[in-house]
Amino acid sequence: MQKMAIWQAKQWLWRTFSSMPSNPLRVCVVGSGPAGFYTAEKMLKVQQQAQVDIIDRLPTPFGLVRSGVAPDHPETKIVINQFSRVAQHERCSFFGTVTLGSSISLSELRKLYHVVVLAYGAESDRSLGIPGENLKGIHSAREFVWWYNGHPDGRNLDPDLKSTDTAVILGQGNVALDVARILLRPTTELATTDIASHALSALEESSIRKVYLVGRRGPAQAACTAKELREILGLRNLDISIQEPDLILTPDVEEGLKSNRIQRRVYELLSKAATSRPKSDAGLSKRQLHFVFFRKPDSFTESKDRSGHASGVYFEKTVLKGVGPGKHIAIGTGEFEDINCGMVLKSIGYKSVPVDGLPFDHKKGIVPNDRGRVLSDTSGESTLLEEGLYVCGWLKRGPTGIVATNLHCAEETVSSISEDLEKGVLSSSSPKPGRDGLLQLLHDRNVRVVSFSDWEKIDSEERKLGSSRNKPREKLATWDELQEYTL
Amino acid sequence: MLISRIAKIGACLAKHLSTRNYASISRSTYIRSTTNHHLQPPLSFTMLYNGAMIKKHNFFSTMTGNNTSEEGSDKKETISVTFVDKDGEENHIKVPIGMSMLEAAHDNDIELEGACEGSLACSTCHVIVMDVEYYNKLEDATDEENDMLDLAFGLSETSRLGCQVIAKPELDGIRLAIPAATRNFAVDGYVPKPH
Repeated sequence: MQKMAIWQAKQWLWRTFSSMPSNPLRVCVVGSGPAGFYTAEKMLKVQQQAQVDIIDRLPTPFGLVRSGVAPDHPETKIVINQFSRVAQHERCSFFGTVTLGSSISLSELRKLYHVVVLAYGAESDRSLGIPGENLKGIHSAREFVWWYNGHPDGRNLDPDLKSTDTAVILGQGNVALDVARILLRPTTELATTDIASHALSALEESSIRKVYLVGRRGPAQAACTAKELREILGLRNLDISIQEPDLILTPDVEEGLKSNRIQRRVYELLSKAATSRPKSDAGLSKRQLHFVFFRKPDSFTESKDRSGHASGVYFEKTVLKGVGPGKHIAIGTGEFEDINCGMVLKSIGYKSVPVDGLPFDHKKGIVPNDRGRVLSDTSGESTLLEEGLYVCGWLKRGPTGIVATNLHCAEETVSSISEDLEKGVLSSSSPKPGRDGLLQLLHDRNVRVVSFSDWEKIDSEERKLGSSRNKPREKLATWDELQEYTL
Repeated sequence: MLISRIAKIGACLAKHLSTRNYASISRSTYIRSTTNHHLQPPLSFTMLYNGAMIKKHNFFSTMTGNNTSEEGSDKKETISVTFVDKDGEENHIKVPIGMSMLEAAHDNDIELEGACEGSLACSTCHVIVMDVEYYNKLEDATDEENDMLDLAFGLSETSRLGCQVIAKPELDGIRLAIPAATRNFAVDGYVPKPH
């Protein structure tokens, strides 16, 4: 209450003395990950009269930069500096612990703001839809990543790393490589990162020594990038296994590689790793990473000793079938094979979740849009626009790409907004309540808002905790702890 | 003559160091080595500067050779660089020898992204060298730089990361295009070739 009063006083002072136009373009960005922050940054730059509010369901900003980027990739997180400067911009605000769909509905938000940009990403997972998927010991890679990155919703995952020596990872994208690396990297190297302490303790006691990375297609179609692959191939104390026959390319695949730089370089790295194996004596402490290609999961097998637990994955062997230039799909051959394991991480893709009142393409898992403009109906010949509603990031284009992909994605969405303002499709002439209206409504609903300076308190506490443990930060990994430091 | 020249270089260096030190304070908490992942103490600019030199394959020693052996008054402490921005507009700037194009762009308010602040962990400072002759004067990109270029938007045959292009006398007159995400870039006539 007192906080609210101070805040209102600040607002008054700010409004009295700032050069803010009396009727600004009120913009709300939902989600504070890279897509949200890049959108806010471009918006503030392009629309000088825009006032931008970023809301997030978590008390901590930066989305996947905080909860997705692996702890041993600190350089990738440097972008937080840039995002923090955006949040501190005089026309920008961050409001945490505000959940679209429960704290406030989409239609309420659209009434309060001229422009709403949804950039809340993909917080669910694609499922395989095969028998045994709900057995214990099977997790989505996203859950596992949240767990080791200290996401408050990942705190209770508690994966069992002690009952088995083998883990199977389904998928060969960068997320798959991340989780494999975290399972295989010497924990002494992880101990000096910002990995969550509960995860570090569990990994220190982990009995997992063998990890299978399984893909439906071949080494020329692997979805990872060279950087991540080079890194895992170079891990200390790790034996890499790749079946050389898997590297044989059909002429059309070989031709396709010539015009695909990323896949060509990934293929070259895998080929090199398969043929040059200098590691002679496989010591007992050595860990193993097996790249397995041309295998499609058919079902999960249940353990005979531990009922309800997974004991392996049953795979169907596949071959490639060309479906257009440079495109290949995996089709089953009718031949099957088991891999025994006590843990499975499914890294087959994230999935966005729609909110009430939002057009959603369930097949593609995205919001139908034209360069970021949300389309209300794509079934007929004419497409209808949802006035003032835009998307950016994974919700707009699906769960792929890197942090920088969002830069271009945000530029596109913001240029669509600018075009719509110029053409009069979108109007900012009638005043909207914007920030004041949002905070009033949240206040009436007893939703406690976390400001950017509240986040800075969490941030400084985390750094303080980290410095005593020789870590860059020790994340506060439960909702209670996070709330404690913002009170 | 000689003394005034030394003084001039000194002043230039001092100015250079002071601005860079300032920049390094804000980022020091995040700076790590790219080869291992242990926390490093905050680095001074000099260390960063030397680090960049080492990364560029003993560029430092080549440089010293150039500067000491050359005679006459046409020695340069800065080179001319032209940035062509997303709208096709040209920015002509002077860049001190040894400075990266990313730093130079930021010092001159040229809009070149630098999400990872030059730590070779992103592709946002991607620039296209507009003249093949200049491109050939650059050291070959390392595997690590190529890994990042893989992911760069609008990659061309002469693409480099701005943080890895370090000013040296041979690069005087280099022209660098900043690729655009929006269609403006193509409209303005310079179409990057697909790789």
